[in-house]
Amino acid sequence: MTDIFELLKGKQNSEGDFQKQPVIVQGITGKFGMRHTKLMMEYGTNIVAGVTPGKGGQKFEDAVPIYETVKEAVDKTGAKISIMFVPAKFFLGAAKDALEAGIKLLVAIPEHVPVQDTMKIVEIAKQKGAIVIGPNTPGVMIPGLIKIGIMPASPFKFGNTAVLSKSGTLLYEIGNNLSSSGFGQCITIGIGGDPINGTRLVDAFDMVKDYPNLDGIVVVGEIGGDAEEVLAQKIIDENFEKPVVAYIAGRKAPKEKRMGHAGAIVMGNYGSAESKITMFSKANIPVAKKPVEVPILLAGKMEKK
Amino acid sequence: MRLLEYQAKELFKEYGIRVPDSIASKDIESGRKDAEKIGYPFVIKAQVPVGGRGKAGGIQKCHNEDEFELKYPQVLNMSIKGEKTRAVLLEKMSEYEKEIYLSLFLNRSKRCYTIISSAEGGVEIESVKDQVIREVGSGDVTKKVAEEVAKEIGLDENSIPHFVDILQKLSKLTVEKEAELTEINPLVILKDGSMMALDGKIMTDDNSNFRHKELAEYHEQTELEKKAEESGFSLVELDGNIAVIGNGAGLVMSTLDMLTDNGGKAACFLDVGGTATEESVYEALTLISKMKNVKAVLVNLYGGIVKTTIVASAFLKAYDDKIIILPVFARLMGSESEKSKEMLKDSETKLSPSIEEAINKAVMEVNK
Repeated sequence: MTDIFELLKGKQNSEGDFQKQPVIVQGITGKFGMRHTKLMMEYGTNIVAGVTPGKGGQKFEDAVPIYETVKEAVDKTGAKISIMFVPAKFFLGAAKDALEAGIKLLVAIPEHVPVQDTMKIVEIAKQKGAIVIGPNTPGVMIPGLIKIGIMPASPFKFGNTAVLSKSGTLLYEIGNNLSSSGFGQCITIGIGGDPINGTRLVDAFDMVKDYPNLDGIVVVGEIGGDAEEVLAQKIIDENFEKPVVAYIAGRKAPKEKRMGHAGAIVMGNYGSAESKITMFSKANIPVAKKPVEVPILLAGKMEKK
Repeated sequence: MRLLEYQAKELFKEYGIRVPDSIASKDIESGRKDAEKIGYPFVIKAQVPVGGRGKAGGIQKCHNEDEFELKYPQVLNMSIKGEKTRAVLLEKMSEYEKEIYLSLFLNRSKRCYTIISSAEGGVEIESVKDQVIREVGSGDVTKKVAEEVAKEIGLDENSIPHFVDILQKLSKLTVEKEAELTEINPLVILKDGSMMALDGKIMTDDNSNFRHKELAEYHEQTELEKKAEESGFSLVELDGNIAVIGNGAGLVMSTLDMLTDNGGKAACFLDVGGTATEESVYEALTLISKMKNVKAVLVNLYGGIVKTTIVASAFLKAYDDKIIILPVFARLMGSESEKSKEMLKDSETKLSPSIEEAINKAVMEVNK
C-alpha cells in the first residue's frame, strides 16, 4: 500500500528538514477553493498549481499557475497530491481526471456526491494504487507540517496520537481537547460522512498503525453503516496493542432518519450506536460519552500500559 | 429518501415485478371509491416511512363497508413512532403458499451491493435465520448468480425461474434508480410457483436526486424541511422543546446526545453546515422561529475559521429584527469569544464557556 506519511512528508534533506510536497488544487477559482487555498498556503502547504477548465494560463494570487487539466498540472509540477473543491456533480469527472493523470493522494472535499460516483472512483483508485480521502471530508493533516483540507489550524498540535474521524467539526472539537491535554497528533484523517468512503475507517487504521512513534489512536465515529464494528473486529484479530479510544455521535438520534451526513442513518440495528459501542467494548476500546472525555480515557489507557 | 410502500410498488410495477391490486388515497371520499374498485375483502395499510407498522396496528383487514368506515379513519389518523400516516393503501388480499425474503443493499464496509435472501419472510430481517448473502459489485445480478441464490434458499424447480426474473428486475431497478436498499418482504410464492411482492421498501440516495427528476413527486417534505434544504441546512424535526443548532452533523448529533443525557428534549436537529456564517446563523434562527413548542434554543458552534463575533452579531440582528424572542443558550468556540460575550451581555443570548454549561442552562430554562 502507498505510505501516506511518505506521500505527505516527502524525504528528509541533508539538514533534516522535510521537503515540502507539491500539491495541486482542483477548483482553485471557486469562492470556497480560493479561500481554503489561501489558508493552506498560510499554513505552509506547498500549493504549486491549480486546475480550472476554461481558466488555464491565469494565475492564482499572481503566483500559482492555473491549468486546464490535472495532467497538464502534473506534467509541469510533478505533484502526486491533489485536493478537490469542485461541485458534487463534477466530482466523478474531476476525480477520474486526477487519478488518470497519476495523482496518488486525492483529497475530495465536496459534499453530496452520489454513492454510485464514489463507487466508480473507488474502483479506479484500486487499479491505480492511489489513495482517495473523502468525499465529504475535512481533509488530512500532519500538524505543523502540511494541511490538505478545510480544517482550522488552531485545534491541532504536533504529537504522537493519530485521529481518524467521520465528522469534520467533531474532529476539530476533539482535536482541540486532545491538544490542550497534551496529546498532540501525528496525523488527522477525516474519512468523511458519506455511506461509501474512498478511505474507510479500517484503511485509515492500516495507514497509521505502523507509524513508529505512535502512542495511540482516537476514533471519532457516528451512527450509520458498520465501519466502527469492522474496525473493532480488525483490532481484535490483529491483536493491536497500542491504546485506542473512541467517541460515537448519534446515540440519541431517531432511527431511519438521515442526521445531516448522507451516511448517518440507522436502519434496524445496522448502523446503531449500541452495535458500535458493543463491538468497541469487545475490542477493549473505551467509548467516551462526550467529546471532553476523550483525552481522559486516552490518558487512562496509556497509564495501564 | 425513503419511499412509501405504495411508491415502491409503483416502481416494482414499472420494472415488471408483480404486486397485488391496490390503490392509495389520502382522504376517505377517495378511499370509498377505491374500496368499490378493489372489492371486499381487502387490507387497509398505513403508509408511513418507518418499519414496525404491523405491530402498531397500521395494517387492518377489512371485510365490509361498516368495517371500512371504522378502520379507514383510524389508520389515516394514526402516528407510528412519531410518523403520521401519509396515505392509506387499500390492497386486495392474496392467497399464497409461502413467504420469502429478498433484498439488495449497499454494503458500506465492503463497498459493493449485496443480495440478502431467505426462505423465511414476512418478519424483520434481523430475526431472519439462514440468510443467503451474496456480494454483487456495482449491483448487476447475472442469471447465474440469481439461480445460485434461488437454489441456496431451497426453492423448488417450479419457482426458480420466477425468482431469477424478479431478482434481475430488482437489480435493474436498484442500479437505475440509485437505491441504497430495495427490499421485498415478504415476496410470496403463489400456488402456480409464480411470485408477487406483498410489501416493498426502497431507500434512494438523496445525493443522486438531481438526476432523478422522475422520483421528485415522491420527495415528501414539510414546509420547514424544504426551507432548510434551500438554505443548505439539514433539518430533522423532533418532538421536544429545545431547538438544537450547530455546525457540522457530528457536532450537532453530539449536542443532541448530551442534551438527552441531561434530561432535555430536542425540538429539532439543525445543522447549518461545517462553515457557520452570520447569514447562516440568522437563517437558522428564522427557521426555528417558525417551529411550534420551542421554548429555548441551544447553539453549539465550533467556529474554527469563523470569528465568533460574526455569529454574535447574527444573534443581535435576529433580536433587533424581532425574528426570535426565545432565550438562546450558546457555546461558541473560536476566535474573539471574549469580545462576543461582551457584545451579547445585555441580550437574551447567554454564552457559556462549555457546551455542558449551555445544556444545563437550557434544560433549567424549559423546566422553569
